[in-house]
Amino acid sequence: MNRQTPNTFTSQPDERGRFGAYGGRFVAETLMPLILELEQAYREAQADPAFQQELDDFLKHYVGRPSPLYFAERLTEHLGGAKIYFKRDELNHTGAHKINNVLGQILLARRMGKKRIIAETGAGQHGVATATACARFGLECVVYMGEVDVERQQPNVFRMKLLGAEVIPVSSGSRTLKDALNEALRDWVANVEDTFYCIGTVAGPHPYPEMVRDFQAVIGREAKRQIMEAEGRLPDALVAAIGGGSNAMGLFHPFLDDEEVAMYGVEAAGRGLDTGEHAASITGGRPGVLHGNRTYLLMDEEGQITEAHSISAGLDYPGIGPEHAWLNDIGRVNYVAATDEEALEAFQLCSRLEGIIPALEPSHALAQVMKMAPGMSSEQIIIMNMCGRGDKDIFTVARHLGVEL
Amino acid sequence: MTAQAPHTRIDATFQHLREQGRKALVAFITAGDPSLETSQAILNGLPQAGADIIELGMPFTDPMADGPAIQLASQRALAAGQTMQKTLDMVRRFRERDDKTPIVLMGYYNPVIAYGNERFLRDAVQAGVDGLIIVDLPPEEDDELCLPALEAGLNFIRLATPTTDDARLPKVLKNATGFLYYVSITGVTGTRAPQEAQVAASVARIRRQTDIPVCIGFGVKTPEQAARMAALGDGVVVGSALVSSIAQAVEEGRGHDAAISAVHALTGALAESVHAVRTRADAATTQAGTQE
Repeated sequence: MNRQTPNTFTSQPDERGRFGAYGGRFVAETLMPLILELEQAYREAQADPAFQQELDDFLKHYVGRPSPLYFAERLTEHLGGAKIYFKRDELNHTGAHKINNVLGQILLARRMGKKRIIAETGAGQHGVATATACARFGLECVVYMGEVDVERQQPNVFRMKLLGAEVIPVSSGSRTLKDALNEALRDWVANVEDTFYCIGTVAGPHPYPEMVRDFQAVIGREAKRQIMEAEGRLPDALVAAIGGGSNAMGLFHPFLDDEEVAMYGVEAAGRGLDTGEHAASITGGRPGVLHGNRTYLLMDEEGQITEAHSISAGLDYPGIGPEHAWLNDIGRVNYVAATDEEALEAFQLCSRLEGIIPALEPSHALAQVMKMAPGMSSEQIIIMNMCGRGDKDIFTVARHLGVEL
Repeated sequence: MTAQAPHTRIDATFQHLREQGRKALVAFITAGDPSLETSQAILNGLPQAGADIIELGMPFTDPMADGPAIQLASQRALAAGQTMQKTLDMVRRFRERDDKTPIVLMGYYNPVIAYGNERFLRDAVQAGVDGLIIVDLPPEEDDELCLPALEAGLNFIRLATPTTDDARLPKVLKNATGFLYYVSITGVTGTRAPQEAQVAASVARIRRQTDIPVCIGFGVKTPEQAARMAALGDGVVVGSALVSSIAQAVEEGRGHDAAISAVHALTGALAESVHAVRTRADAATTQAGTQE
């Protein structure tokens, strides 16, 4: 494992899309010209100030950015240690951080003249965000969703349909998020001329991990400015939940070169790492190649991909973004895990103490905050990414608490 | 060309076919589908049924470039307990009785990584494998397995697609050996039917840049289609239709012997159709008469 410390943590990926040994472009030849075209279009957009200006304008007036950095006073008192701040991306339009990335990609798709947008979704948050942006810009939208997820996320399926999207249930393989991703890739190779694939996380072939990170980095840039205003200094620790890892990468990236800031990525330990029923790719998996990139994956001895489990459908993915894999190996970010039970406890605590019902995804991050804050001094500061609101999860939580709605 | 092209059974087969003015039928089955024993029997009988080259699929849970038929074949094989070791053993047993028919292993990269790249190449060569098609390893990732495979004496079969334009083609052809697999449609295996005129134009385009044989596949199902596609290239690949015939026999509860005869019967019909296509005399003379 390469533990050599680079001069900067923000110069990745290289021109081959590698973050250290991770990332890359492991796709069939049919897709290769498409991702090269996408990369070129993205480079041109990056160099065009009008693109960023348009994006900023939509983020401000349509999404509601900047999202507040909120001092969670009662939670801080309750835990009796470090000061806890929430970066409140759950207040965004559509209720999660997903829209930041979707708007960036949809504006790019428009620049490229693409008329049809496809996306994969697990819990439905990325699907809803994509359907929302497509409605706003009058684009055709097709969302692939595993049959299992369609069943357990009916409200989001209905939302997407209201927004004019076509939701296609995926019946192949394990009928969950990874299969939805396979199916979206199949759609893309079959509809190369007019279709743009809007990936929901910092994974997939280059340039997706870099591009999605760049669109989500608005979270960290704002948080940095806001904490300087509030406290006059940088935080001691950042904490964020990780499925594919887009909200965490968005928060972490602008802080990577600030050595005094520790970072914690919280994977879903499901029913426990030792049960095998979890979604912790780094803590419970090993490196391999899937969905276009080399990264940590959940797999068996034979390299067959195994199913992820988490109470949170949004963390239920057997892989993780390649930049996280690299940040793990070089030791810049600490990857830890929280179980379903711990997340449920955090979910309830936050609802009662702060009047904020968090999504089950950031509830995993909060479980980590609950573990570390009491051991820190009252002078120290933690920023946690509240990346989604919990309305969508109340049915799941009720079921786990034995409550009939 | 950077790497020395190894002389494999694939090269010998195409040379032989060229001399006879014939086209190749490349038959795909998934290793271990629907069971190890049945799959071995299917494999062993393919040359006699008329297959000139065999593509043996290494099953994977997430075959993102394949359609439903081949994904289901992977699922059946994995459910029956197929492993990489068993797949290589199938080739070894096949080689005990057939030292001429080329075998190409086709699949995705992750099961190879899990087996260990070096160990995989060594064991594949020892088992009698001639070439590899690793769908998710484009030329951009040649350092991973393509160059070591060529070094080990295996052909690395490249895919070219309708999206591979003239500017990109040299990159695809650079380390291509054995034959070029022309993907006749934009899409996954076994779905829409290829458009003859487009395929003809693309193959002509490819021929201007390379001398290696071109086989056409994806979406070829019937003997008639196979003959039309074979006429446009040096061979034709049929996969989804063959594995579907296995699936059908199993689903209808007709037993594994029925699956074996069903896939061999379809291979026979395809072979008859493909082998009836003759290379034009002028093309044959320009290509024949090279070294033995």
